[in-house]
Formats: sequence, structure tokens, C-alpha cells
Amino acid sequence: MWTLFSDLGSWLVSGEQWSGTDGIGHRLLEHLQYSLLATLIAAVIALPVGLLIGHTGKGAFLAINLASFGRALPTVGLVVLVFLAAGLSMTPVYVALVALAVPAIVTNTYAGMTAVDPEVRDAARGQGMRGHQVLFRVELPLAMPLVMTGLRLALIQVVSTATIAAYVSFGGLGRYVFDGLAQRDLVQVLGGAVLVAVVAIVLDLALSGLQRALFRHRPATR
Amino acid sequence: MSVEWSWIADHAGDLTTLALSHLQAALSAVFFGLLIALPLAVVAHRIRPLRGFLLGLSNILFTIPSIAVFVLLLPVSGLTRTTTVIGLTIYTLTVLLRNTVEGLDAVPARAREASKAMGTRPLRTLLTVELPLALPVIMAGVRIATIMSISLVSVATYIGDGGLGQLFTDGFQRDFPTPVVAGVVLTLLLALVADALLVAVQYALTPWTRKRGA
Repeated sequence: MWTLFSDLGSWLVSGEQWSGTDGIGHRLLEHLQYSLLATLIAAVIALPVGLLIGHTGKGAFLAINLASFGRALPTVGLVVLVFLAAGLSMTPVYVALVALAVPAIVTNTYAGMTAVDPEVRDAARGQGMRGHQVLFRVELPLAMPLVMTGLRLALIQVVSTATIAAYVSFGGLGRYVFDGLAQRDLVQVLGGAVLVAVVAIVLDLALSGLQRALFRHRPATR
Repeated sequence: MSVEWSWIADHAGDLTTLALSHLQAALSAVFFGLLIALPLAVVAHRIRPLRGFLLGLSNILFTIPSIAVFVLLLPVSGLTRTTTVIGLTIYTLTVLLRNTVEGLDAVPARAREASKAMGTRPLRTLLTVELPLALPVIMAGVRIATIMSISLVSVATYIGDGGLGQLFTDGFQRDFPTPVVAGVVLTLLLALVADALLVAVQYALTPWTRKRGA
């Protein structure tokens, strides 16, 4: 057990491990690229949907069921399915990651919008604000902490799950996990797993720091 | 991409076995998750200084990728069902702990004080007043944890377990979509049925919530 961890330590710090296209540096960048792009695509799709459902109050049923459906969808199955349908490309990985992230963002955005005090909304209308002004100047700023929570949740899940890119022979930190499993090299597997966990935790801390800096005037909702 | 129905008909028995094994792993995880989360939640609810620590710790555990959790457990419990269940249990903890603490927080102080005034001891107040009143919020957590576990079991296919997840590996290796489709559909069905059953259980356990007509 202890030798395993000391081997892991030397694996992580050895210089050759960090350079070249198989190196940790390169894999780390790939992993970040997959994760950030997938979360960005998901946010572009999910934020307007969540805001619209919350603002109009229509489609709440959709939002709630989308959440359960999204949680129940097995990501590995989705990747393999799109892979068999669309062939070898990054598309299956992005489809699966976006499908994973969209429900978390939609439901949290929607939750944030419904948590806005109706009296505040009425007051804004009473002052003569139009629908889009109420949405962007009143509802969205008030819903922002929960919107950010949704984005954080989505990003964590995406970073963790981006490991599967390696399953359909692409890069990222999952490479070490799957290569290590194939070569029965436990140190390599553990190294990959630890790196993914560290990336997820660091990104989450960064986003929560950003959240705190941007919304200092308001106590965090969660 | 077409589904070969004859394959599904020929393998109905295997599919049932895999689905049952899948369900067993997911439900065991929720069971053990509850076993750990309930006492921890009571502690986090009663002893404020520990609250942030416990909730933070469970959040960090949630941050670790599921495949990583399974792999990190390999030196401890090997390529076994135990590894699958421990890994999934860790995942259920975050949701179960947070919801149980929130449920206990939401119990009206009046109910607690009334029970105290009647001379009921703290443990009995917890079991007969606080936990039942917190049940709707706790059950919401149990539902999320169950659905999540059912979806996550497939990840254990990388360590040779994974219930219906084995269909994904099989279909991938043979370039044959039918098992993959069957696996995805069956996973969604299991989650749907389990969730409906939990709603029914909650309905049966909380008769007092019905009369209010909320």
C-alpha cells in the first residue's frame, strides 16, 4: 500500500512524465479543453432555456423531468451509442458531456428564477419595466448565485466524466486511467485518477472564488 | 443504426440477470449511504461547528470522478462488487447528507419544543418527531441518490462489474449497437420505476402531508 503511494509520488513528479504529447502537461490541456468547451456549449443551450422557463413560469414540468432524465441517463452508454452511430470523432464525447451538463444548469437556473421574491418582480413591473428589463436587470442578478451553483455542478461532473474521452481513443487525463487498466499498471491508473480529482477540485474552488468576488453584496443562497 | 429485436429476444434472460445485478448494486449503495448519512446528519444538525466540516468533506468526495473512486478502491477491495458498492455509496453521501440536514433544519422549533415540554427524551423526539417531519426533504434526497446510483453503476464496467454497463462494453467491442440501446433503455426504465416506487413509499409514510392540500 505505502510503496504504491510512494511510486505514485515519483510518477507524478518525474520530469519525463510531464513533457511530450503523452506527457501530463499535454493531457491536462486536452482534458481542460474538452471540459471547458463542453460546459460552454451546455451553458449556451441551457441558460436561455432555464431563464425562459423561470421568467414565463411555463414549462416547469419540463425542467423538473429533464433533471431526473438527465441524472438517469448512463453517460458511458450514450458515448458508445453516439460513437457507433457517428463513428470515431470527438462528437460522441461532446454529446455525452453536454447532455450531462445541460440538466444541472437548466434546473439550477430555473430554481434561482423561482426563488426571486414575487413582490420584487411586481415592484419592477410597477416601475414600468418591460419583460426583458425585469428579466435582465432584476430576476437574473437575483438568481445569479443559484445559476453559478448550477454551472459549478455541471463543470465538476463534466471534468470527472471527460475521462471517458480516452475510452473512445482520445486524449485527456483518462488516457492514464484506461492505459493503466489495460497494462495492469496501477500506479499509472491512480496517477490519472488523482490528477482528474485535483483538476475538478481546483476548478470548483476557482469558480466558487469567482462567485464570491462577483456577488459579495449578497449572502450565498447555498 | 438499427436495433436487432431478435438479439434482445434471445438474450432476455441475460438482460434480466444484468438488470437485477444493476439494481442490487444501486440499492445497496443507497442503503449504506443512508446508514452513514443519517447519524452524520444528526451530528451536523446538533453540533454546529461540525456542520461545515462534514458538508464540506462530502462535497469534496463528490468532486472525485466516479471512475477514479472505483480505481482508487482497487488496492483496498479489488475487482469485486464491494468496490462498486463502496464507490457508489460515497457518491450518494453528498446528496443524502445535505438533504437530511436541510430536512432537520426545517423542522419547526415549536414541534421540537412541544415534544420537549411533554417530557419526551431527546432520542425519542428525534425518532418520533424530528425525523418524520423531515421525511419529505430526506426522501427527495433518497430519490436523487437512487436515480444517480442507477445511472452510475455502468461506470463500474471498467473494473469488470457494472450490471447493465457490461452491455455497453460488449456493444462497443463488437461494433454492435443493439446491446447498447438495450442497456440505455433498461437503465432509464429502472430509474423511472425506482423513482415511482419511492414516491409511493413517501406517500404512504407521510399521511399528514396529504390533508393540507398543498
